[in-house]
Amino acid sequence: MRMPDKSEFLLQVEGVSLTFGGVTALRDVSFDIRKGEIRAIIGPNGAGKTSMLNVINGFYHPNRGAITFKGRTRARMQSFEASRGGIARTFQNVALFKGMSALDNIMAGRTLKMRRGLLWQMLRYGPALAEEIEHRNRVEEIIDFLEIEAIRKVPVARLPYGLQKRVELGRALAMEPDLLLLDEPMAGMNLEEKEDMSRFIIDVSNHYGTTIALIEHDMAVVMDLAHRVVVLDHGVKIADGTPDEVKQNQGVIDAYLGVAH
Amino acid sequence: MLYREAGQFKTTYAEDMAIFPIRQDRIALGILLGIAFIGVPLLATFHVWPFAGDYLLWAILLPFLILALAAIGVNILVGYCGQISLGSGAFMAVGAYSAYKSGTGVHIPLAWLGFAISIPPLPVLASILLGGLTAAVVGILFGVPSLRIKGLYLAVATLAAQFFFDWVFLRVPWFTNYAPSGSVNAPALNFFGLVIGTPIERYLLCLTFVTVFAVLAKNLVRGNLGRQWMAIRDMDIAAELIGIRPLYAKLTAFAVSSFIVGVAGALWAFVYLGSWEPLAFSIDRSLQLLFMVIIGGLGSIMGSFVGAAFILILPIMLNLIPTELGVPLSTETITHLEFIIFGSLICYLLIKEPHGFARLISIGKEKLRLWPFPY
Repeated sequence: MRMPDKSEFLLQVEGVSLTFGGVTALRDVSFDIRKGEIRAIIGPNGAGKTSMLNVINGFYHPNRGAITFKGRTRARMQSFEASRGGIARTFQNVALFKGMSALDNIMAGRTLKMRRGLLWQMLRYGPALAEEIEHRNRVEEIIDFLEIEAIRKVPVARLPYGLQKRVELGRALAMEPDLLLLDEPMAGMNLEEKEDMSRFIIDVSNHYGTTIALIEHDMAVVMDLAHRVVVLDHGVKIADGTPDEVKQNQGVIDAYLGVAH
Repeated sequence: MLYREAGQFKTTYAEDMAIFPIRQDRIALGILLGIAFIGVPLLATFHVWPFAGDYLLWAILLPFLILALAAIGVNILVGYCGQISLGSGAFMAVGAYSAYKSGTGVHIPLAWLGFAISIPPLPVLASILLGGLTAAVVGILFGVPSLRIKGLYLAVATLAAQFFFDWVFLRVPWFTNYAPSGSVNAPALNFFGLVIGTPIERYLLCLTFVTVFAVLAKNLVRGNLGRQWMAIRDMDIAAELIGIRPLYAKLTAFAVSSFIVGVAGALWAFVYLGSWEPLAFSIDRSLQLLFMVIIGGLGSIMGSFVGAAFILILPIMLNLIPTELGVPLSTETITHLEFIIFGSLICYLLIKEPHGFARLISIGKEKLRLWPFPY
């Protein structure tokens, strides 16, 4: 596995707190993501992992704290800033466009890269057609990469869950992101599908050099894939470090296994 | 057995992305267009059955074409972008009346400023397109609520457009050029010196409009903008996070949809009705268009045609069949029967296939490709 460049931070989260009414989802959480690494966020149910991702890509706005992405510090991300800035994500419950084919779903990921206006698209001639074909080429590369050639024209609603997850990864990759957020990419998969997905994640990291932050419950997968792990519990960061360090951390063991009273 | 795509290899993405990638479909479309553009006018010119009178052209084909065009417009908004609209009749009216105003000359007296704005009558083609543009602007205005509300609540907001424009065109005499009866007459249909008068000419005019707009609409919905519309329809949150702006996607859908509906309204008024009053674009028309789209197939351009044909032709068939069979039924009974059968057919269809005729046709095609084998 390629080792990440240790010097540079792609994203830094400092002192982020998020509350919904009386419920505190995140309390003073700080961590960083280095360029090119695979960073795992783990924790028991309700620890605030998904909330953390939502804060990073601007879907939730934190009450306090700062987010530094590509050297620019913001109190909150806006979702359009995140998508334009190169943050893509997949969802815990697959959020594909159900009425569209796998190909169209992935093509939709290229929206931001397509420039031709309404009138050109209406004529679909000359530059507009050339643009469409150029992006189709890029999308076909992703389809090849994810080995979903056979299902490209199938409406995604008809696909099995494992393939839907793969199409969703493809849609995120089509954005050519700098930072890829994966929310439980292996939830509900069998062993074989998990192995496939792990391979794709490693390949994405090696082949495209994309920085990846992932949430995952399968500890074996996390320990194998991640360069560094951050552990949340009840909205608080309780550990941060390499998989081996985290594994030995007493706080993490207590959070997962419980403490005798 | 004839419907096989074996051996048809596509070597470029352009071929793969064609509207009809299968050769048999292209041949079928070519034959259909040939019949529509050459066959029908020829038969009608020589008064061959079933074109012995003008009935088929006037009462069936002409309204079918114009309403199919309007249905394409509604389908873009409701079927592709998922924004339910009950105001399509109003947008048709806006198209019709603004085409009428620009076709007869716009005069805005600004007495308190001491002058008046006068624009001479525009040519018919320009008026019709201007009618579409005005409808597009009005559509964008009434589309703004869609940024905050969804589903049935949006339908109610568009219903406001319907009632507002019903009222405007009935009560503001400026729009009807102060006609005492409230009914207005379309200007002569002079297209660059070519005066459209006979049913065949009117039919060909509408057919040209519908063909051109259907192709343009199809190009839009299979391009980047169409994908943005469908993304907003299917999962608006995910769409926003991949960089689609809901504001842009929704308002372009309203604009394009209203433009097409507005042009259809102008054609309906100018080419089909000739003289009309606001009642022609009432809430009934909006509902009729919505039914066409739902029955034909949400999110399908072809479905718009099938839906329009079904809604228009079925009542006529239901009317004709008892007469042809020689069953003596009173006119009242026939009208009532028509409503009963029509209503139950729609219910049956929606239960059996909620995605409309377009889905039925595509399932049929899939089966046909494998026929006579089940899989």
